[in-house]
Amino acid sequence: MKSVCRTNLLALAGAAMICQLQPVGAEELTIMATGGAWQAALRQAWFEPFAKKAGVKFNEQEYTGELGKIKAMVETGNVPIDLVTVETSTVLQGCDAGVLIRIDYSKVADRSRFLPGTALDCGVGIDVYGDVLAYDTSVLKEAPTSVLDIFDTKKFPGKRAMRKAPAQNLEWALMADGVPIAEVYKVLGTPDGVDRAFKKLDTIKKDIVWWDAGAQPPQLLASKEVIMTTAWNGRIQSAIDQDKRPFAIVWDNQIVEYDMIAIPKGAKNLDLAYKYLAYVAQPDVGAQLGRFIPYGPVLSDSTPFVPKDVLPKLPTAPDHMKNYLVGDVEFWGDHGEDLVKRFNAWLAQ
Amino acid sequence: MSSIAMPTPKTWISARDHSDSLRPLALAAPLLLLLLFSFGAPIVALLSRAVYEPTIANALPHTIAALRQDSGAGVPDETVFRAFATDLKDGQAAGTVYELAKNLNTRLPGVRSQVLRVTRLAAQDPAATKEAMIKAAPMLGEEKSWSAIRAGTNRFTSFFLLSAFDLRWTGQWTIGTVPADQAVFLRVFGRTFLIATLVTLATLALAFPLAYLMTNLRPAIASIVLVLVLLPFWTSILVRTAAWTVILQKYGILNDLMLWLGVTSDRIELMYSRTGLIIAMTHIQLPFTLLPIYSVMRSVQPSQLRAAQSLGGRPFTVFRRIYLPQVMPGVLAGCLLTFILCLGYYITPVLIGGASDQLISNFIANYVNAELNWEMAAALSFVLLASTLGLYITMTRYLGLDLFKMG
Repeated sequence: MKSVCRTNLLALAGAAMICQLQPVGAEELTIMATGGAWQAALRQAWFEPFAKKAGVKFNEQEYTGELGKIKAMVETGNVPIDLVTVETSTVLQGCDAGVLIRIDYSKVADRSRFLPGTALDCGVGIDVYGDVLAYDTSVLKEAPTSVLDIFDTKKFPGKRAMRKAPAQNLEWALMADGVPIAEVYKVLGTPDGVDRAFKKLDTIKKDIVWWDAGAQPPQLLASKEVIMTTAWNGRIQSAIDQDKRPFAIVWDNQIVEYDMIAIPKGAKNLDLAYKYLAYVAQPDVGAQLGRFIPYGPVLSDSTPFVPKDVLPKLPTAPDHMKNYLVGDVEFWGDHGEDLVKRFNAWLAQ
Repeated sequence: MSSIAMPTPKTWISARDHSDSLRPLALAAPLLLLLLFSFGAPIVALLSRAVYEPTIANALPHTIAALRQDSGAGVPDETVFRAFATDLKDGQAAGTVYELAKNLNTRLPGVRSQVLRVTRLAAQDPAATKEAMIKAAPMLGEEKSWSAIRAGTNRFTSFFLLSAFDLRWTGQWTIGTVPADQAVFLRVFGRTFLIATLVTLATLALAFPLAYLMTNLRPAIASIVLVLVLLPFWTSILVRTAAWTVILQKYGILNDLMLWLGVTSDRIELMYSRTGLIIAMTHIQLPFTLLPIYSVMRSVQPSQLRAAQSLGGRPFTVFRRIYLPQVMPGVLAGCLLTFILCLGYYITPVLIGGASDQLISNFIANYVNAELNWEMAAALSFVLLASTLGLYITMTRYLGLDLFKMG
């Protein structure tokens, strides 16, 4: 038994984490998520009902979704969290780096019930979101009809915001350059395709404001710093529903992505973490999140449980699934590091 | 600061004569030990990652042994492939194969899924041939993959430090630059030094006259001015940066004011631009430049200047030959402090700077947090630390500035 924090050479990196003493007796589950409107929705949809049902105490922490913090915890041998929400590409990265444990699906749910690409070795999908285009209806007289309109500076002059990452932007650039959706990743896998995508981005480079956090797009629109922005659909919907902002979402050419939940190596309450994963993987429970933020369920048998008034706001609504691309996790696992470096070099030029 | 004379009682001096230089060291020992263990050791441990990278060597013991028997360059023969398959199978059982795949992917972009595919093959079919393995992972049939693997079997590597200078090994003994579309760090280092220089000059231009003014004001008013300077100094850097975003944004206070005054006819983009970044950084750094200058200026006796003038010195000559040499240590100390702090700026470039205003700290943070490439982060940190130390040593040695004496 370790009674003191293990001091390690990486103590500096781990300094942000405080050693926690486990209380005797009471069962506790600690989850770290990426905050904002999304974490509030998770709390209402899943954390609180589960805590009540299982009779456990639920601790929440917030972070920015980066794997560095979890890696520091695992390497210093002091892991105060049991579950963590991450992006799909981060699951692959965490798996590769030996930071996340491999999920034993026999303790969660039948893997075939998940939509393709949402039951990964080291992470379980929890919701479906869309990378979309958003704009302020009180600013733009003429409405954009496709995400690709972000490349049209003639029709829509002014600053536009995009996420400061190559993922999604390169895909959209190729689509805007005339590559059919089905061939986007095939083209992007070649050096010529990458050049072509960056060349397309070049055409609007000086008009772009870059965002890092999901909360920024609605802020950039609200402060009128930009006329349109790429965004995660739920953040914009929250601004429309709760803050009564005159924003609108453009779904055509959206890129569909998944949020994941994972267990860091060395998590102390492993059984309870699995119990939580199994709880959320029930068809009716899986559909609950949509009531609080418009993200869709990842379980194929959850759809009937999604409330009728929520369905039209989801990225998976039939109306929104006409012209779309599913983000390719494997592609970004292979080429992510390389393309991020290329992207940073391109930004710096 | 520098010229405050301490009254030195005789007893003190005699006690000092007997003790050796160990005494001050003993007094500082608790602090030094704390620094050593809480800062020194972790910094060394992290920086050592830049040159020590044992992942491949640890993951491929059989392959290394087989490669030693192998004749040399090129794609090796069947025995090495056998050993490679054994290592992959062991790696999968131990759960370390993902680390290997990530590491190889850093050196050979795009091979991650090939490594995982050939691992699955090796685990399922222990008798997989060289041909079958190359079919599952085409990169194994290429010469450059094997030279990367051979390079990786060495636990000590220069890969990351070279990358920090946009360099790479192009042959066994030749170093070349990386392709232009991958070259980023030299530009970022250059930009970091440029912005630090600009901000240092801007703070100096503001701080020097202000400090001079403060030394000549009546004490009551001077202390009010000093509080006004220190007030932002006591405020968190994040709060000050956020305040600047309110002021600088397109529909912010400054743009409103300039439109109302008729200075500009259209709203100008100050946020996400270098101009905005330098304005905000200059404001945040001003006290760091001002305070050392002010403390030195206060110690200059006005009677000296009057004496110089009475001996026939013209105002500019008096300033250049009497005043400036005396305040120079303070100016250099303030500028050096600001310059070094600017080299490590992180928050303000993130929030106010545009995409092409990100400084080296932003790249280090990206490698630590998002890319999980701590080796690259360590290499960049090492270069930053070395250049900062180099600058400090140059300043102290060749410009005669001694910060220890200053305090």
